[in-house]
Amino acid sequence: MTDQPHRLELRQITKSFPGCLANDRVDLVLRPGEIHALLGENGAGKSTLVKMIYGVQHPDSGTMLWEGRPVTVADPNEARRLGIGMVFQHFSLFDTLTVTENIALGLEKPGPMAALAQRIATVSERYGLALDPQRHVHSLSVGERQRVEIVRCLLQDPRLLIMDEPTSVLTPQETTKLFDTLRRLASEGCTILYISHKLEEIRALCDRATVLRGGRVVGACDPKAQTARSLAELMIGTELSTPERLPAAVSGAPRLEVRHLSTTSDNPFATSLKDVALEVRGGEILGIAGVAGNGQAELLAALSGEDKVADPDSVRIDGRPVGHLGPRERRTIGLAFVPEERLGRGAVPELSLSDNALLSGYARAPLVKGGMVQFGRAKSYAETIIRSFNVVTRGHRAEARSLSGGNLQKFIIGREILQKPDLLVVGQPTWGVDAGAAAAIHQALIDLARGGAAVLVVSQDLDELFVLSDRIAVLFHGRLSESRPTHRTTVEEIGLLMGGLFNATTEDEDEALHAV
Amino acid sequence: MALIRLEPRGQASQAMLYLTPVLAVVLTLAAGFLLFAALGFDPVAALYAFFIEPLTTTRGLGELAVKATPLVLCAVGLAIGFRANVWNIGAEGQFTLGAIAGGGVALAFYGEGGWWLLPLMVVAGAAGGMAWAAIPAFLRTRFNASEILTSLMLTYVALLLLSLLVNGPYRDPDGYSFPESRLFEEAAVMPILIEGTRVHLGSLFALLAVAGGWVLMARTFVGFQIKVIGLTPMAAGYAGFDQKRIIWLTLLLSGGLAGLAGLCEVAGPIGQIMPSISPGYGFTAIIVAFLGRLHPVGILLAGLLMALSFIGGEAAQIGLGLPKAITGVFQGMLLFFLLATDVLIRYRLRFGTKGPVVKGVAAKGVAA
Repeated sequence: MTDQPHRLELRQITKSFPGCLANDRVDLVLRPGEIHALLGENGAGKSTLVKMIYGVQHPDSGTMLWEGRPVTVADPNEARRLGIGMVFQHFSLFDTLTVTENIALGLEKPGPMAALAQRIATVSERYGLALDPQRHVHSLSVGERQRVEIVRCLLQDPRLLIMDEPTSVLTPQETTKLFDTLRRLASEGCTILYISHKLEEIRALCDRATVLRGGRVVGACDPKAQTARSLAELMIGTELSTPERLPAAVSGAPRLEVRHLSTTSDNPFATSLKDVALEVRGGEILGIAGVAGNGQAELLAALSGEDKVADPDSVRIDGRPVGHLGPRERRTIGLAFVPEERLGRGAVPELSLSDNALLSGYARAPLVKGGMVQFGRAKSYAETIIRSFNVVTRGHRAEARSLSGGNLQKFIIGREILQKPDLLVVGQPTWGVDAGAAAAIHQALIDLARGGAAVLVVSQDLDELFVLSDRIAVLFHGRLSESRPTHRTTVEEIGLLMGGLFNATTEDEDEALHAV
Repeated sequence: MALIRLEPRGQASQAMLYLTPVLAVVLTLAAGFLLFAALGFDPVAALYAFFIEPLTTTRGLGELAVKATPLVLCAVGLAIGFRANVWNIGAEGQFTLGAIAGGGVALAFYGEGGWWLLPLMVVAGAAGGMAWAAIPAFLRTRFNASEILTSLMLTYVALLLLSLLVNGPYRDPDGYSFPESRLFEEAAVMPILIEGTRVHLGSLFALLAVAGGWVLMARTFVGFQIKVIGLTPMAAGYAGFDQKRIIWLTLLLSGGLAGLAGLCEVAGPIGQIMPSISPGYGFTAIIVAFLGRLHPVGILLAGLLMALSFIGGEAAQIGLGLPKAITGVFQGMLLFFLLATDVLIRYRLRFGTKGPVVKGVAAKGVAA
């Protein structure tokens, strides 16, 4: 084994962008058949490094050895020819094409479509990645889109598989299943380079870990010999603060009440909500778990007002029926909302932070007077958000897209929280956000609830829900389970619910089978 | 071999945003130079006749303002819609309806006009354009029909309607059956602003539209909503901006301004209703809007430039005996070069082969 060449070796790889040294003399050795974790905060240079391996970007200097031979990877096609596959965190899919067509576009010799669809079905079944090859990508949820990317890679029998946060949309059981798959791939000799913020996963899965900070390798370790906390501290270079929680001081009447909420959609691939019921009281955080595509987007849209509901009574805020009201009216009543997609929904990428503060801030902060925008006030509102939530940015003039994911999310959450809402609905508060920012966001949500607001968090990250929530309920196929107090449930139990094991009727099971 | 490569900029270049229209003008002139030379004209003299000579007299400058007026009026409205991804392509039709409605008022009160007639015509003209634009707005918001198609198709309906009217009800009873209306009476004609030229009240309307358009887009919350809807419709939905309202608003606004432009033409330089009242102002305004970067002040400059192409085209027809198509050729080249150079906003040119993109020879060896 030892005289076998390394699968991939990076020597002194350096890459700079205007005004930023993304990778500074990085060394990395990947052995055949190992699962290697790449750790680091957002902006540490992980993405740049793997993009260079995959040929999307090109190092300024340094050497890359593939199985002992120096190579220059000009583009992803060449990377794939070498045997490098990559599952990106941000998807490169065409909305208007089907799953099969999208996968065919990524393959050098896709072959006949029918045969390819068959192969996709086989691979997706084998790895437990439910996927209908005929569906159009625009109708898929975030989680399902990621499955397309994973299957696309697996179809190419890679010898090095790079995975950028692959499990953020899976249930614990599915994650375990994926880990089995990855371990099987590794035992067949495939090397896996694994990027994740979920430190427990890295401890469970990976053989070795390399830690990046500020573009440099700051350490390597055996993750199994570390705790999640020590890994996080290695990543951020300082001590980690854990969100503090007091027992919920639940008070008064429900701030948000949902009764018999059912939705239908013109989109044949949307998940209809079926008779969803929930309530959140002031001071309380309700967590909603579930695998992507089980109705989260529909629930969030029905709560935010982006989709109006036929029966006004099915959604009530502070006792007032609001189902027929749009987002603007609901905000005036006291709702604030953080959507799942931060860039392109929660923020306008091309506009400044000032303008983005105005985007939803107009409803509750005095930023508009007589139809005219009060730019001075919008600016100081943006600056207040930046200051209170430690948003790292050049200032209120910076475009939203120039912020890292974690900082933009802090900005959006800050914008909503500083409106002093009575009710905050949050989708995926920390998806793809580094540990430091995630802790700050969690603390802010807990503080808001402690101040008497009702908070509803929809997330696919169970660890997060267990940190945050007083009660947890699970969405599956558009139905919502009864909520359980967090301290009286376990990850395993919630995981089973996420897989659909709750009052499932025969009809639902049929649907589940058809959906596969 | 020298290679030219496009390299992505980290951020859109603000400088290029304003430089590319200038670059497009320069390239158009260069292409015009070659074109004239190829046609056997003295290119310097031809370009002088086309672009410089009209600017050397007061009358010429006045004509520039006269031609720019309808272009700027139409383009300011269109640009506001374009910012919201509302693609009103039918300004020409709305322009025509403005002339029909406003001019109709002038004819209806022929001989009875007072100080009130012109304001009434202005209102009727704007209302006519709005009504014509309301059709695509309704079809878009109610049936999700593309306003690009409906507004364009309605242009041809409008032109036929005009033709029907000047051959029928609008025809001058003393006009020996020529398809033209009476000449408007004094009270129905736009007052001249500058003695010795044809510059009329409409030019003032155009300047007001520029100022109003700027205030709307830069200062008001409605303008902010228009921007957000255009950039990121999902974020607009998230923020609770009513997209249907904005579609109605932008179409009515652009239709109203186009209708006003149409009225200003028939009540201004033309002075009557004729079968042909526009050399394509409504369509040229689309080029003006983009050449002006959808910004009201940019549109004012672009409108003047386009007006010059009309006047220069006429001068070239008369002075050099060139065909009428020369105007369209120059306008087309300008839009073409503008769209082509726009790539420089997000990319920069790199010359030579040196750079990170080098084909990996060794890697190919391994793969083979």
